[in-house]
Amino acid sequence: MKILTVCGMGLGTGLLLRMNTEEALKKIGVDDASVEVADISTAKGMGATADIVLTSTELAEQLGQVKGTLVTVQNFFDKGEIERKLREAMGRPQEGG
Amino acid sequence: MDIIGGIARFIVEEILSQPALLLGLIVLVGLLALRKPAGEVIGGTLKAILGFVILGVGANAVVAALQPLGVMVLEVFGAQGVVPTNEAITGIAAGEFGTTVAWVMLVGFLVNLALARFTPLKYIFLTGHHILFMATMLAVVLSVAQLGDLAIVLAGGILLGTVMVVMPALGQPFMRRITNDQPVAIGHFGTMGYILAGLAGKAFGSGSKSTEEMAFPKTFNFLRDAMVATAVAMILIYLVFSIWFAQVATADQVAAITGGDLVVFGFTQALTFAAGVAVILLGVRTILGEIVPAFAGIGSRIVPDAVPALDCPITFPFAPNAVLIGFVASFAGGLVSLGILALTNGLGLALALILPGMVPHFFTGGTAGVFGNATGGRIGATIGGFVNGVFITFGAAFLLPVMGELGFANTTFGDADFQWYGILIGNVANFGGAILWVGLAVIVAALLALGIWVQTRFVPPPRYEAETSAEPVAPTT
Repeated sequence: MKILTVCGMGLGTGLLLRMNTEEALKKIGVDDASVEVADISTAKGMGATADIVLTSTELAEQLGQVKGTLVTVQNFFDKGEIERKLREAMGRPQEGG
Repeated sequence: MDIIGGIARFIVEEILSQPALLLGLIVLVGLLALRKPAGEVIGGTLKAILGFVILGVGANAVVAALQPLGVMVLEVFGAQGVVPTNEAITGIAAGEFGTTVAWVMLVGFLVNLALARFTPLKYIFLTGHHILFMATMLAVVLSVAQLGDLAIVLAGGILLGTVMVVMPALGQPFMRRITNDQPVAIGHFGTMGYILAGLAGKAFGSGSKSTEEMAFPKTFNFLRDAMVATAVAMILIYLVFSIWFAQVATADQVAAITGGDLVVFGFTQALTFAAGVAVILLGVRTILGEIVPAFAGIGSRIVPDAVPALDCPITFPFAPNAVLIGFVASFAGGLVSLGILALTNGLGLALALILPGMVPHFFTGGTAGVFGNATGGRIGATIGGFVNGVFITFGAAFLLPVMGELGFANTTFGDADFQWYGILIGNVANFGGAILWVGLAVIVAALLALGIWVQTRFVPPPRYEAETSAEPVAPTT
């Protein structure tokens, strides 16, 4: 599975999102996923091969349609939110429920 | 013995003096320390090396694309024209200073970890590209002051590690208000501009309504796309100056720049510049993708109660309208300051003309808007953005003289902290001798004292139970 994390420049917040995503994947128990960072300029092209694309609400509007599942994250450093939305996107049951 | 000595000499002289290989070695050690699987270790190390090579490729394009603009601005204004772009100047400097930059980064990481472990400033600075840019600025400025390589690495590393914990601390009283007390700090070297914006908002914006209580067009959102923003700004700048140049230059002068049409030539140069910056960004992204997670992993082990200091767009969801207001106000501040620089040039002051770079104004202006809004609503966001724009324009102009040869590169650092820190350190270091070392020690001590004072006076210990505190404010439209 390929996951793309997208921010404006593909440097700071996108990388933070990748780190938090990798942590969440470990918690969920997915170990065959590769997570890559993209900037908004190249995200459209890179998104063509990604199963899940994570980004912020504003950038999601700009990104438009992508082939995989588009997940918008409100708070890039809220690991709970990222894990919850990843489980939802992958069709995995939420923890404890 | 001779063989061992030979191997040691080979490592020091041939490998450690190659910035790309040195960086690869640092990443290799980091990945091994984190006990990553072999495939990841090899891949990660190679990617860090490749990232550095990519950086150089992009820098060549950027230099080539800026050179004709420099000629035209010089002819039209009789002054140096500079478009501040952090990526561009870092890429250009990497060729000559790459090795010291990599060492300064490494020492800076260690100093950051030590300060976070042993002082109340418990911040781990995780915005890798800004660490790289700051390390580059320090290596350049200290080498201009004639320090030896070892002295640059030690002094630069300590100065870097200090500013990596002090700036997040100074921004934290405002960040608490913006994020509603979440355990996160601003880790971006535009922070002086944000602090000024927050203070300006406090002074002038009392009672002003929040920017988020109004409907605001999203017209400027496309500027978050750095490739587009850079291209748009450079096309405008190149068009203005090529048309202007065509009026005042002789046919020979035009022919020296291009055999074809000047305006079309300017257009393609602008696009080449944007493409070069995009390539450098790819290089930086490739390097950091390996280094930052390793630093974060090691940091969380050594300083378990650390607060991560993160890149400025983490503030954007808390006040998206303030971002756009701050950007427009910052850009206006940049244009007004450009006018003032042009006027002072007429009066015989030899300051460079700082042309507004779209990327610095968008990201730092936008964040200044968020800070200004937090203390002074709409008025705060507007004045805060404007103050930031003025600061980063004059900051760039005054930074150039301490950058030595690179001060003539037609591009420089665009964000506030690179500028004030560089100007301060450069001017102190240029005294040389004892004054240099005492001066640098005083700077480090004063910054730490200021940071610790702000931290203990204005920032209560984080509440760890507040895992699910307030969500960011949703956009109003």
